[in-house]
Amino acid sequence: MLRAVIGRDLRLAMRRQADIVAAMFFFIIVVSLFPLGVGPEPDQLRRMAPGVLWVAALLATMLSLPRLFADDHRDGTLEQLALAPQPLGLIVLGKVIAHWLVAGLPLVILAPVLGIQFDLSRDALAVLTVSLLIGTPALSGIGAIGAALTLGVRGGGVLLSLLVLPLYIPVLIFGAGAVDATVSGLGPQAHLSLLGALALGGVFFAPWPTAAALRVALE
Amino acid sequence: MLEASNLECVRGERSLFADVSFRLDGGEMLYLQGRNGSGKTSLLRMLCALTPAVSGEIRWRGAPIGKLGEEFRSELCYLGHQNAIKEELTPFENLLSAARLAQEVLDEEAALEALALVGLRGREDLACRYLSQGQKRRAALARLVNEKRALWVLDEPYVALDPAAVELVAGLIGAHLQAGGLAVLTTHQTVTVPAGAVRELWLGDGDATRRSR
Repeated sequence: MLRAVIGRDLRLAMRRQADIVAAMFFFIIVVSLFPLGVGPEPDQLRRMAPGVLWVAALLATMLSLPRLFADDHRDGTLEQLALAPQPLGLIVLGKVIAHWLVAGLPLVILAPVLGIQFDLSRDALAVLTVSLLIGTPALSGIGAIGAALTLGVRGGGVLLSLLVLPLYIPVLIFGAGAVDATVSGLGPQAHLSLLGALALGGVFFAPWPTAAALRVALE
Repeated sequence: MLEASNLECVRGERSLFADVSFRLDGGEMLYLQGRNGSGKTSLLRMLCALTPAVSGEIRWRGAPIGKLGEEFRSELCYLGHQNAIKEELTPFENLLSAARLAQEVLDEEAALEALALVGLRGREDLACRYLSQGQKRRAALARLVNEKRALWVLDEPYVALDPAAVELVAGLIGAHLQAGGLAVLTTHQTVTVPAGAVRELWLGDGDATRRSR
């Protein structure tokens, strides 16, 4: 069942590659603007790198969130999903996983390359990648709640950002904090553990309130 | 099998209908009629438990559908206003993914046969956005060909179809009724379904009248 939902969403994403590419380029450009804007001071760049990369990752994830349920809602597929003989939460979990594969995983792969622009050490780059790998699933999970709550609302995109970005703050703090801790020699374990807890909570708890919100949106 | 008692629907401040009751057994079809805005679609969505009824109760095999949940949904096939097909996917992929999501077994051969039956032979591998409105509806209705679930809830199934396709769908519904299934549908077209007992329910102006034939 989970496989059927993930497979369907991935296939749809492959037919709409422009969306994935757009989010990736957004990530690349936002990250690249900072060194150009603040000047080539290696110390300064190294210090701001984790924050910049993580904020850019949050914003890039936000780009694809409004469409997470909106397309299915518009063409009536969401009704069919809600009427499927499985818990809607499970179906949402499948959609969250598919969203992460399409919107989160590319960021994880791009991040180490972009980190080089900020003169990050090899250790810091590795931790940055790991922190994004652990943290981005949480972004997809938490984002799904917001996407479901703003479904069918006019101007939902802006509302979605206002709703979801504050909820991303803990992920941002521990994600960027892990890289900071590595740079300053403290070791990232504590931050990564907390990030892992957030991700587990986000991915496995979020589908249920999301399902409830979707049922309300369908009424 | 399907019983509704004293259903009431309120949209915004207005009560669309109240005190709607009916009973439907195997092999019977309920034909919902009423003017535009009389609450036909709302009633269908209530029967699917998508919209909760303001008051009244719907029972399936004697138990309230809210309690049955997944058990009820595994016996329900709903076809709404919207076709629920993905424009990016082909009719073939749409049919297979719909079956998989509904946890039904449908092999590729049966899917191709179903598409040929609804007149989409040669269009199986064309993305649905290149299809006409009627062809999209046919792609959506292809689900009914191999549909074994007992209760069909169809919202305007004949919309956008040509006369030949209307007859085909009526035939599918007839065969379903003959096999002991139930169907609830709305339509503004007069279409005779070849088999099964037909009940009619009129919705309108706050009260519902009912007649059988």
